[in-house]
Amino acid sequence: MLNSYDELNEMQIDVLREIGNIGAGNAATSLAEMLDEMVQITVPVVKITGFDEAIKALGGAECMTVGVLVNFSGEANGMIMFLLNTKDAIRITDILVSQDGEEEGQLNDLKLSAIKEIGNILSASYINSISTLTGLSINLSIPYIAIDMAGALMSVPIIEFGSLGDSVMFIEEGFIGQKNDLKSHIIMFAEIDTLKIIMERLGL
Amino acid sequence: MGNLVVEISDYKSSKNPDVIITYALGSCVGICLYDNQTKRGGMAHIMLPNSKEFKIQKINRMKFADTAIPDLVEKLKREGANITRLTAKIAGGAQMFALQKGSPLGVIGDRNIASTKHTLQAMRIPIVSEDTGKNYGRTLYFDLETGLVRVQSLNNTTNIL
Repeated sequence: MLNSYDELNEMQIDVLREIGNIGAGNAATSLAEMLDEMVQITVPVVKITGFDEAIKALGGAECMTVGVLVNFSGEANGMIMFLLNTKDAIRITDILVSQDGEEEGQLNDLKLSAIKEIGNILSASYINSISTLTGLSINLSIPYIAIDMAGALMSVPIIEFGSLGDSVMFIEEGFIGQKNDLKSHIIMFAEIDTLKIIMERLGL
Repeated sequence: MGNLVVEISDYKSSKNPDVIITYALGSCVGICLYDNQTKRGGMAHIMLPNSKEFKIQKINRMKFADTAIPDLVEKLKREGANITRLTAKIAGGAQMFALQKGSPLGVIGDRNIASTKHTLQAMRIPIVSEDTGKNYGRTLYFDLETGLVRVQSLNNTTNIL
């Protein structure tokens, strides 16, 4: 049985890709409603990589990034991160919360809390779909936000899920807003035991 | 002059005039060890405090403060540094997200700092300066000519250790 992420076989990776597809699809619907525009999702990618490759895959260690983190726990344990660059964070919040006369282009507290709430809603949509699919009962933490180097933000899940082996597994999808070309990403990390349970629930 | 890049769970060593770099430390800790006579030094980028917390057969010793630091010291010694002259500068160990106090993940930065200090103290390597904790990421440039460590963060502040 599974002891490390490296042991996942092709069929199991396909299942994870499908879970990502369903989770992110659900989240994209929520995002489209909030932004009132069509949102496309990219093909889900399941990555099992070393720590540095994980960061490089998300655009480079020092890239200034806005990240919202939500922990999930219960019968499944893991973490969702919603990531976007600061430029797109500003544009998304300008659509959602901009007020007349307000200076555009700054990430003030109101805009940050809007981004945090977007991350919260998207994570909940994502996890709800996994919960529905598997029948697992999953609780979500409150959302946490930070703006910093992508590598520094990613150190949090890497430490949490990379403690046993030398690799981490995550499922990644991009969202692309049709009207404004807004780009963002959602990534899901899960404990190895959670992956086992999901496979069992799905009869694999 | 060459640049060496230390990755996550990694250490590297060299001598004047090289610069050792590690990018975007979050809750991880960067440990810079320097012998100012031979101008040899090394940097470790550790992820977790203590290898003894994990009951697995094969651990990656470069991942933990309690194993990476002694291994780096041993490497520096083999390469000609005088370990009684080594001094340490440490940085990182931030809490990137304001997770609730008391959650194991929220305090990992603090635990990495504590274990790093404990390990250095046990090896009698003095910490001459540090830039640790708080809530932001740091990139380190360790200049083996001078022994200075430049700490760069995204709010455009530069701190020289």
